[in-house]
Parts: sequence; structure tokens; C-alpha cells
Amino acid sequence: MITTLIRRAIQAGFVIFAMTLIVFLGVNVIGNPVDILINPDLNQAERLRVIQNLGLDQPLWRQYLGFLHGLAQGNFGDSFVYGRPALQVIAERLPATLELALCAMVIAIVIGLPLGLYAGLYPERISSRLIMTGSILGFSLPTFWVGLMFILLFAVQLGWLPSNGRGETAEFLGAKWSFLTRDGLAHLVLPALNLALFKTSLILRLTRAGVQEVVLQDFVKFARAKGLRESRIVLVHILKNLMIPVITIIGLEFGSLIAFSVVTESIFGWPGMGKLIIDSINLLDRPVIVAYLMMMVVLFVSLNFVIDICYTLLDPRVRLDGKG
Amino acid sequence: MTALLDVRGLVTAFPGPEGDLRAVDEVSFQLARGEVLGLVGESGSGKSVTGFSIMGLVDPPGRVAAGQILFDGADLAQADADTRRSLRGRRIAMVFQDPMMTLNPVLRIGTQMTEALHAHVQISRQEARARARDALGLVGIPSPEERLDGYPHEFSGGMRQRVAIAIALLHRPDLIIADEPTTALDVTIQAQILSEFQKLTEEQGTAVIWITHDLAIVSGLADRIAVMYGGRIVETGGIEEVLRAPRHPYTRGLIRSVPSENTRGTRLAQIPGVTPSLGRMPAGCAFRSRCGRADAACAARPGRFGSLGAYHRCFHPHEETLA
Amino acid sequence: MDSKLADTAGIAAAEEAPPPARAWPAIRRFFAAPSALVGALGLVAIIAVAVFAPLLAPQDPYDLMQLDIMDSRLPPGSESFAGLPYHLGTDGQGRDILSGIMYGLRTSLIVGLASAIVAALIGTTAGLMAAYLGGRAETAVMRLVDLQLSFPTILMALMVLAILGNGVANVVLAIIVAEWATYARTARGTALVEREKEYIEAARCLRIPGHRVLLRHMLPNCLAPIIVIATMQVARAIGLEATLSFLGLGASVTQPSLGMLIANGYQYLLSGLYWISFYPGIALLLTIVSINLVGDRLRDVLNPRRAR
Ligand SMILES: Nc1ncnc2c1ncn2[C@@H]1O[C@H](COP(=O)(O)OP(=O)(O)O)[C@@H](O)[C@H]1O
Ligand code: SF4
Ligand SMILES: [Mg+2]
Repeated sequence: MITTLIRRAIQAGFVIFAMTLIVFLGVNVIGNPVDILINPDLNQAERLRVIQNLGLDQPLWRQYLGFLHGLAQGNFGDSFVYGRPALQVIAERLPATLELALCAMVIAIVIGLPLGLYAGLYPERISSRLIMTGSILGFSLPTFWVGLMFILLFAVQLGWLPSNGRGETAEFLGAKWSFLTRDGLAHLVLPALNLALFKTSLILRLTRAGVQEVVLQDFVKFARAKGLRESRIVLVHILKNLMIPVITIIGLEFGSLIAFSVVTESIFGWPGMGKLIIDSINLLDRPVIVAYLMMMVVLFVSLNFVIDICYTLLDPRVRLDGKG
Repeated sequence: MTALLDVRGLVTAFPGPEGDLRAVDEVSFQLARGEVLGLVGESGSGKSVTGFSIMGLVDPPGRVAAGQILFDGADLAQADADTRRSLRGRRIAMVFQDPMMTLNPVLRIGTQMTEALHAHVQISRQEARARARDALGLVGIPSPEERLDGYPHEFSGGMRQRVAIAIALLHRPDLIIADEPTTALDVTIQAQILSEFQKLTEEQGTAVIWITHDLAIVSGLADRIAVMYGGRIVETGGIEEVLRAPRHPYTRGLIRSVPSENTRGTRLAQIPGVTPSLGRMPAGCAFRSRCGRADAACAARPGRFGSLGAYHRCFHPHEETLA
Repeated sequence: MDSKLADTAGIAAAEEAPPPARAWPAIRRFFAAPSALVGALGLVAIIAVAVFAPLLAPQDPYDLMQLDIMDSRLPPGSESFAGLPYHLGTDGQGRDILSGIMYGLRTSLIVGLASAIVAALIGTTAGLMAAYLGGRAETAVMRLVDLQLSFPTILMALMVLAILGNGVANVVLAIIVAEWATYARTARGTALVEREKEYIEAARCLRIPGHRVLLRHMLPNCLAPIIVIATMQVARAIGLEATLSFLGLGASVTQPSLGMLIANGYQYLLSGLYWISFYPGIALLLTIVSINLVGDRLRDVLNPRRAR
């Protein structure tokens, strides 16, 4: 168990290291580092000074060491647009994105899991087929398109829900949250649903496939032979066997939710990290871009790592193998 | 006397591409309280499906298409789902063939035992746990208290089968259907489990349907025997009569193919040919394609010759006893 | 219902020309599903519209001389200043939406096809080479594939665009970078199955050159799954391009793709001028759904394991 953990941790560290190389090379070799790291509004003399300050006249490997050094301290330079440390700018937007992604995940689970369970238990019913057709649409429609339709229908035509911004927020744990106020909650509905759509389909299909596999197992039949009620068979015997793949997917996909919030946030004017990165790319605010990319890399690698651990904890078979 | 179990004309069918396939075809047999019936036949002859039909656990889209399953006088084939559930595990229990697959891999042994208790009786958790522990002890599992907290993968195949037997015995059922419970185990463990199972059911006065493809097991265990071929019972009766004077050519072939003291040194007689798949069974007598005595008469379907308790389905039965 | 459709499709096909003997049952099976027929017809129509856009479109939306600012933001069914009908209305520059869609389809399809094909070529080559070479090369390629697949598409695309800057060519590149790994994994997977077979071993013993083993034996076997993935991937690429364009990272303003058209109308959406975004959106939707219907059916027909 411990050795597995250490091995995984080393692998994760290696991946992060590789990604720093890629981002560094991407920014410094493919892209023009002067454009990337220096505010284009500066004049020639100032440029030269900044180039020296930033060490851009140094050999590449020294620059890379410097980059790693800054990285280790969370120092990506100041945002050109906000004039504050890039990481700080991003961190301020983090709660909004987290809130959106968490809500979307909850929606995806609350809708996807029961529907998938139903479609898997009763595959022949027409309702199940409708659910599956719906999930195909959820898979293939681009998120931004669905978002636009949401706005058109619920905000413009029906006027039920707001379509822009976070609405009123309330302080909690030192950050601002929308879900704590009525107005904020109303603002949260459409973006969260929009972001949840793809993951709902994913969880739904995964659950259904899992159910169809598990119901054929002898242990389900044996559970019936014991005279258990159907509810217990479904909610304990079947569901518990599905938890491993479903939790894995929930964990893995949480990162992708944060990545895809880029789209949803842009449509619904949700002031999170995703909208920030798009604005930053359009405004060439490179320190923020680099900081965001590195943050996502670290996020994904650690997510994978954590999921590995959870997987080990959840599945008694894996757990024993680790001990031995 | 009313039989504990009285199965009459049971038909269980699975829909196939060319119409229904009858995995169980007009099966009739009787079983008294405390009696052991050996249900014998080669793989695919419909033994398991017969067992599942009695349990009410035929996999959809398969279904019991005709016949009666009279359990203690009430017809299970007509009973509603709730009645059947309340009988399952409480009055009729089942042990499956493959102990590696019968227990849920992600639930503790204790949970899988106590839930079987809670499904039928209102008792406290502590009491359920105590009863589960006692049941584990009864089937010979050492340090049962600790084992309750274990997961199935921590048990060997033989131990898992003991757990399954313990679960089946929890409610002291009237009938246990044991579907080849020793087939998947090592030979030495087979014998142990067999004798322990026999002892326990005898003590508790449980009737048993012991499903197997192994005549040798049945001869030492059962009071009565039913031989299946192609979904039908081709011969049934008291174990001694049938083994001494099998009437049906298939039964006779089966017995001849078992090595014994008498046949030592001689070549074992194998039944010629292979069993056709369910959809390819010949019309009339299903055994016709492999039977040495077959003639034109066998193109008709043989009915039951004899009483409900002891009959065969052959137009040209053997009359003589086995040498 | 199915069989009737299949029959008419069959008769129609039979009257044309005798197809090669082996393809015939597959084609027949393909059209046995009504959804596949709908998808295929839709796709043919969409491609025809894109190819013949200059002939079909009432207006050349890229020709600024033909645009009249007096005609801007007209609702569907209006007439132009010169008396011509705007069936789907006009956008902020007075551009006919219908014409915009027809030309936009071209950009979208070209981007989708180009990126899917190049990604397929790169990915399949990498996967096959990995399977054929084995050893370190295989490990290296598959590590890269795993790494790639653990990051979501949009993040990979953003990374590429953040480094290279905006623009159509970079979007194509971004999609390729984001999607090649799927092909590589599939190609290697099927090739691995082949590698274990005896004839490959035999071919090696006979010193048949490696490229021939690869091209003659391993490649044909992974072709079917690659074609299926590539079909679906064209739809994904079109969606991704639209998304990136919508985010302002994509296509040029002079030759707007569907995504760009939608983005242009987005600002008017809230004021109720829905058609500027809505109709290009519908075109995008129909394109993606048609391709997916075809791809879905292709998978069933080409992959015997999944046929139920
Ligand atoms: N779930 C099922 N679906 C379709 N056919 C089945 C199913 N279960 C059993 N059968 C068929 O019923 C016949 C009898 O099977 P079974 O009772 O398992 O034989 P055995 O005597 O070996 O226990 C076999 O031909 C088998 O193919
Ligand atoms: S009925 Fe005919 S074919 Fe069937 S077992 Fe008897 S003799 Fe053989
Ligand atoms: Mg069986």
C-alpha cells in the first residue's frame, strides 16, 4: 500500500515536471518570450531593462531554472491587466468556478445516477430508450450551443431566470458564494445545468452499463434467493458495486468540469477562472495564462493521484493486494 | 400424505429466435418432508433452471410457461411476487454452484448474513449478528466472530461455499435446493462439505434437492432420484430401485458410465453421440438420436409410464436389473 | 418498419450499379436502421450545400460590396432594400443569414475534416509504430497517450492557442493535438491483437520488411475502428471549432465559421434578435447530429462485437 502510494506520487511528480518543461518550452521557444512576458506597451529602453531583469538574456537552461524557482514560490509575475500577482488574480476567481463546478457535479450525479440505474434495470421500457436517446443528445450537442438555447428559452422568451453574472453573493469561509442568496441561486441555475449536461449523460451511461453488467452476476441472484427486498438489492448490492467506477469517473471528471467551465462561464458571464483565462488569452495577459495552465496541470495530476488512493480504499480486493 | 413439494407439468421457456425453447419441459416430481432428491443429468439438461423455477428466479425473458409448483399445498407458480419473496430464503433456500460468484465482493460476510435474517424476521442487530456467528460456527468456519467482518475475497472457495450453506440454513428452511454445490471445489473439500451438509440437513429435517451431474454423489446421499435429459425427467423413483433396475436407456447408460467395484477392469460404456443443443432436440423422444433401442414408435412423444412418484418416459424400457 | 425502409434502400442501391460483393451486405445493414438513413441523407444535403454554396447562396456574404448596412438586423422573412427576400433575416452588418450559414458550413466542414484526418494519420501511425516496435518506443508513446488523455480536450486546445495565438490554422492544430491520442490508443489496441497472431510471427521469420507487415496486415485490421472514431471525431472537431470560435479564439472574421456566426449574434440574443445566432446554431446542430447518426451506425455495422 505505502509503496504503491510512493510510486504513484513519484509518477505524479514526474508528470508535473514534464508539463513545466512543455509549458516553458511552449512559451519561451515556440512563442516569443518577449511578447509573452513583457507588456507590449513598454518602449524600447524599458523593454531592454525588463529583458535583463527577467533574465531573458540568460541561456535557456538558466531561464528554466528561474522559471521553476518562481513556480515553486507560486510566483508567475504580475498580470499585465490587473497589475497584481497572476496567481492572486486567479485565486480570487477560484470560488466562483468551484461553486459552479460543484453544483454541476451534484446535478449530474443527482440526475444521472438514478436515470442510469433505471435505464439499466429496465432496458426494454420505452422510457429507458427515451432516456438513452436524451443522453446521446447530451453527449453530442456542444455545451455552448445548449447554453445559448437556455438563455434564449429561459431568460429571453420566458423570462424566468437571469442569464448573466453571479447575482447577489454572501460571505462564507472568506469567499463570496452565490448559492447562499436567493438571487445568487437563481443566477446559478442555468450555468450549472448547462455545465452539468455533458457529465449527466456520461454518468448516466456509465451507470447503466454498470447495472447491466452487475445484474447478471450470480451474487445478485443469490441476494434474491435470500429473499431480500428489491429495494435492498438495487440500493445496496447493485449500487455498491457501481460505486467504484462511478466515483472514479466523478473524481476524474471534476477536473474536466473546471476546464469546461471556460465555455459556460463565457456564455453566462460567470466571473470565474474560466472567463478569466479566455479574457486573458484575448488580452495576451500571459502571466495569468501561464499561471492558469500550470494550475490546471497540477490540479489534474493531483486529482488522478487522489482518485488512485480512493480507488484503493473503496475496493476491498485492491486494498488487500496492496497490503501483501 | 401431502408432499412438501409437488411439481406437476412444469414448463420453463426462454424465447429464442425461432420461438420458445423449453429448458424445462413438463417436469413432474414429488418430495416429502426431510427427503433428499437427487436431480441428475448432464450439463445443459435443465437442472438449474428447474431449481430456479421453484425459487421463482428464472432470468427474464425466461418464464414459467405452464405447470404447478405446489409447495406445502399452495401453488407457487400462481403466487404473487411478495409471497414468493417471503418464502425465499426463509422456507426454501438455495446454494449455488460457484462459490466464487455467489457472495457480493464489496459487502462484508456479516452484512450478507444479517441482511438475510432482517429480510424475514424483526430482530436487533446484535441478535442477528449472534445468529450469523453461530451459523458460521455450525458449518465449521473457525473464529466465526472475526470472520464476520471479512470480505469474500479473504475466504477460500470451500470456505465461501460454507458461508453460502450457512446463509441457506439461517432460517431452518423446509427445503434447500443445492445446485452442484461441490462441483467447483477440490475433491478433498467436496467430500467434507458433502458430509457436513448431509449431517446438518438431516439434523434439521430439511428436505433437499441435490442437483448434480455425478451419479456417485447421489447414490450415497439421496432417497429418491430424478434423471433429466433435454429438459425432461426421463426417469424417477426410489434411489435403490432406479439404480438396481433402471428402465430408461439413458439412465442405464449413465449408470454404466460410472466406474465402480463391479466394473473394474472392464471398459466403461459411454453413451454414443453428443447431446444436441436445446433447439436441436429431436421431436418425439429427445433421446432418440442416441438411443440403441429407438424405432419408429419413438417419433411420438413418450408420456409418463408409472405413478407420479416413480415413472419413466420410454416406449421400450429395460425390464431386467443391472448385472 | 425497419425492413421496409431497408428494402427500398436496397432496391434503390441495386438499380444503380452492382457494388463489390463484400461491401453489399454491410451497406445493406447500414441502411437497415432508419436513423442511419436520416443521418446519411442529412449529411449528403449538408455537404452539397457547403460545396455548392456559391451557386446556392442568395448573396456572397464575404463580398462587402453586396452588404447593405440599411438591411442590418432584419427579422426572418424580410425583404432587402433591393426587394430580395431574407428568409432567415440578416445580421448586424446586413449580411443574409442563410448565405452566411451556407458559407460558414464550408469553413466548419473543412476545419472538422482537416483536423480529423490529420489527427487520424498522426495517431494511427504512432499507435501502429508503437505496437510494431514494442519495447521502449511503445512505452514512451503510450505514456504520452495516457498523459494526453488525462487532460480534457478543451484544456489541451486552450494550451495550444495560448502558446500559438488565435486563428483558424491554430485551431486546427489545437484540435489535432487534443485528439490524436484517441486514434493512437485504438490503433495500438487492435494492432496488438494482430501482433499476437501467428502469421505476423511467420512474416517476421520470413524477413518480410517491417513496413509491409505494418501496411498489409496491421493497418487493415485497425481501419474499421479508426474510421468509426474519425467519423465521430469530425463532429467533435466541428463542435470544438465552433466552441473555440465562439470564445473568440478561432476563425477569422472574413470567413466566419458557424461558431463565429453564432458568436456574432450572441450580443443581440438578449435583446430578442434571436435569429442571428439561432439559425447558424440549428445548422451546427443538424451537422453534428447527422454525422453522429452515421458514425453510430457505422460502429454497429463495422464492429461485430458491438452488434447485438
Ligand atoms: N438465462 C437463460 N437464457 C437462455 N437460455 C437459458 C438460460 N438459462 C439456461 N438456459 C438454457 O436452458 C438449458 C438448461 O440450462 P441449465 O438448467 O443451466 O442446465 P444444467 O442442467 O446444466 O443446470 C440450457 O440449454 C441453457 O442454454
Ligand atoms: S422412447 Fe425410444 S428413443 Fe426414447 S429412450 Fe425409449 S427406446 Fe430410446
Ligand atoms: Mg446448472
